[in-house]
Amino acid sequence: MELLIRNGFVFDPINGVNGEKMDIAVKDGKIVDKVNESRAKTIDATGMVVMPGGVDIHSHIAGGKVNAGRLLRPEDHFKDVERKTAVTRSGVGYSIPSTFTTGYRYARMGWTTVMDPAMPPLEAKHTHEELSDTPIIDKASYPLLGDWWFVLEYLRDGKIEECARHVAWMIKATKGYAIKVVNPGGLEAWGYGRNVESLDDPVPCFGITPREIIRGLCKVNKLLHLPHTIHLHTNNLGKPGNYLTALETMRCVEDLAENGKPVIHITHCQFCAFKGDDWRTFQSGAEEIANYVNAHSHVTLDMGQVIFTDTTTMTADGPFQYTLYTLTGNKWTNHDVETETSAGIVPFHYKRKSYVHATQWSIGLELALLIKDPWKIMMTTDHPNGGPFTAYPRIIAWLMSRKAREATLRKINPKARSRSLLPSISRELDFYEIAIVTRAGQAKALGLKNKGHLGVGADADIAIYNFNPETMDPAKNYRAVRRAFKRAAYTIKGGQVVVKDGEVLKHMDGATMWLDVQLCEPCEIELNENLKRRFKEYWTVEFENYPVSEDYLAVSHPIPVKADV
Amino acid sequence: MIVNLYPLKEFKLPVIAECINPEVFKGKSIEEIGRLEVWEGNKQRRLNELFKLEAEEAESSPEAPVITIHGDVSRVRRIGAGMKNGEIVVKGDAGMHLGEEMRDGKITVYGNVLGWAGSMMRGGTIEVHGNAGDYLGAPYRGSTEGMKGGKIIVHGNVGREAGAHMKKGIIKIYGCAGQFVGFRMKGGTIYVQKDCEARVGACMVDGTIIVGGCVESVLPSFTIEGLRKRVKIEEGEVVEAPFYLFTGDLTENGRGRLFVAKGPNPHLSHYEKFL
Repeated sequence: MELLIRNGFVFDPINGVNGEKMDIAVKDGKIVDKVNESRAKTIDATGMVVMPGGVDIHSHIAGGKVNAGRLLRPEDHFKDVERKTAVTRSGVGYSIPSTFTTGYRYARMGWTTVMDPAMPPLEAKHTHEELSDTPIIDKASYPLLGDWWFVLEYLRDGKIEECARHVAWMIKATKGYAIKVVNPGGLEAWGYGRNVESLDDPVPCFGITPREIIRGLCKVNKLLHLPHTIHLHTNNLGKPGNYLTALETMRCVEDLAENGKPVIHITHCQFCAFKGDDWRTFQSGAEEIANYVNAHSHVTLDMGQVIFTDTTTMTADGPFQYTLYTLTGNKWTNHDVETETSAGIVPFHYKRKSYVHATQWSIGLELALLIKDPWKIMMTTDHPNGGPFTAYPRIIAWLMSRKAREATLRKINPKARSRSLLPSISRELDFYEIAIVTRAGQAKALGLKNKGHLGVGADADIAIYNFNPETMDPAKNYRAVRRAFKRAAYTIKGGQVVVKDGEVLKHMDGATMWLDVQLCEPCEIELNENLKRRFKEYWTVEFENYPVSEDYLAVSHPIPVKADV
Repeated sequence: MIVNLYPLKEFKLPVIAECINPEVFKGKSIEEIGRLEVWEGNKQRRLNELFKLEAEEAESSPEAPVITIHGDVSRVRRIGAGMKNGEIVVKGDAGMHLGEEMRDGKITVYGNVLGWAGSMMRGGTIEVHGNAGDYLGAPYRGSTEGMKGGKIIVHGNVGREAGAHMKKGIIKIYGCAGQFVGFRMKGGTIYVQKDCEARVGACMVDGTIIVGGCVESVLPSFTIEGLRKRVKIEEGEVVEAPFYLFTGDLTENGRGRLFVAKGPNPHLSHYEKFL
């Protein structure tokens, strides 16, 4: 099938296209140089913004804890119901939408690739079942490997190459995409009711420190040539004063960087940019983090922006979720995933009038605006921790318009307002920069070669928004920006029009991407023998039932990676 | 204006009709009201496909219309949901979620109502002359946003978890009540004139529950404070009888007050030795 998108204002930062009026040609799901104009279906995008399909680097959309969150919060769903249509299935929202609704809602906003960032390896099958049921969007998942016993043991013994082989096997077995590390060492310590307080706090029973885990996995990541860096949720997340831990974490891998390439991704950075000694002296540490990131090139961040709404927090950081429960008194769950990781869920309401919540809102935006290079910071809400992903249009409006920020600033807690850095920041992102923080930068950080751009050969994932940058100023008409991004004029996935004017036209399956890590020499036998023995000792699951086979995925899209070990 | 609604058939499927609301009817002609959308099962229908509508002019012209439903609408849910003024009268049974999140106005039911009547109510009055189902004035399952104001009067019996998560307002039950009256209550008043099943006030933090009849047992996490000769329910309504006063629920560090009439509860007399 051929498709021609005519006359749109194209924003394609990877190829350096900044708002030029041009045509985009699509053939057989890929972007091509030109198509037969008489045969091709034409979309008139005159006066509209054309961007690559959105990419989300960090959004909890599937897996054991997302589903536990759905069960924990029936009240989250009953006011946000989607009826079935001729092409879509019914579902519910709000902060933890059901799988089908998740896919439709992302597509309606023009997003086509989403990464689920926390998959306990033991629950990989469950995660992939849900991902297979998430329509339209392409997706992948990061296995949690930072507190995995084998990794801790290998790193303790300094066996980086063996660790790399093991991680390669794990990524293949869980059909994962990147190494996710959550509160390194802290989750293992949580098994003993403890946590790690700093990068040099030893992990009980392993005698290894978070610093060694982070550095070790960074080296493993490099040996395996994984497309994404390690994806790190820092220690001490959600505690006042933790911006020092975040800075220390970034510093500890400084020497591992080569050729100015990133080696670490600090995720939902808003939650680890807190200054102050306690909640009363709580302040923003965004400036310090931004200064560091501006001066270094080995780190990328995502925002983890807070939205004033009722949402559900869920993370593998069990000790943090317990702290959150003691703070709020809300209902909660906490879970220890055998030898692998932990998890927790607490419903949370971010309120405008709360000093801490309003400051958190400010921190996210300060980070995005103070970091000069948009390729280093990505827009996320850490869905659903900071707020549901459906709030992205609002964040885009805040980033593009000082007026929008001031309108919200007027409504927040007065003390937070007076301490916020936002009134002093005049920067307003343009569509080119928005295209970077919402798609191009994320695709680049993830190493997705065919996503996030509109060059020849790229996947034909395209979003068209009904906003004319020539006649309208986004800084003044922020409501129009919000409307445009809320309901994409067209979303094209794999060369097919799936959404028109915010309505889903077509149900299609998205692919599940995973890394097929190819080692220099096969070491399966030795690895398996050792693993099998340990499985018998420690796991409730038989080794044979553990790996996710490829036919388990509805649409499998392996990405071959050649490793150095 | 008074709008009369007569069900055209016996409903077999649940009907969702939040449009039966004086706020929505206001300023509309009877034809426009008839075109309002409702759901019957998974099919969308017009109101006039399910009800015969009649309008009559009221002698005194109230601001918002008065809606009167004649007949059994126990399958019709969300009648008067979110209403802000006006009046609804149901001459028959009413379905679930009656007056959900209503802010003001009045609903009178001359029959029974099913679950979640007055759920998450903010203001106004609901009066039920028959029995009420479970979750009277309580929020949806899992939610902690209970009743925040208004008044519910039930002349018959009610089911379980009446007034769960209640914060403000008053519920008066002139019949018997099921288990868990005032579960996780944070404020407000619940009066049960007759008997009450067990676990009254479980996990309550604040507020008042008054039981005039027999209570199976008082939770062990409640402690006796004293005896009272009379208890005031609201302005102008006082019950003259000796009451035991308990406070709890201590498992939640609660300061809630539970009054239990002494007369019908001789099995609680052993508490008197702690006074």
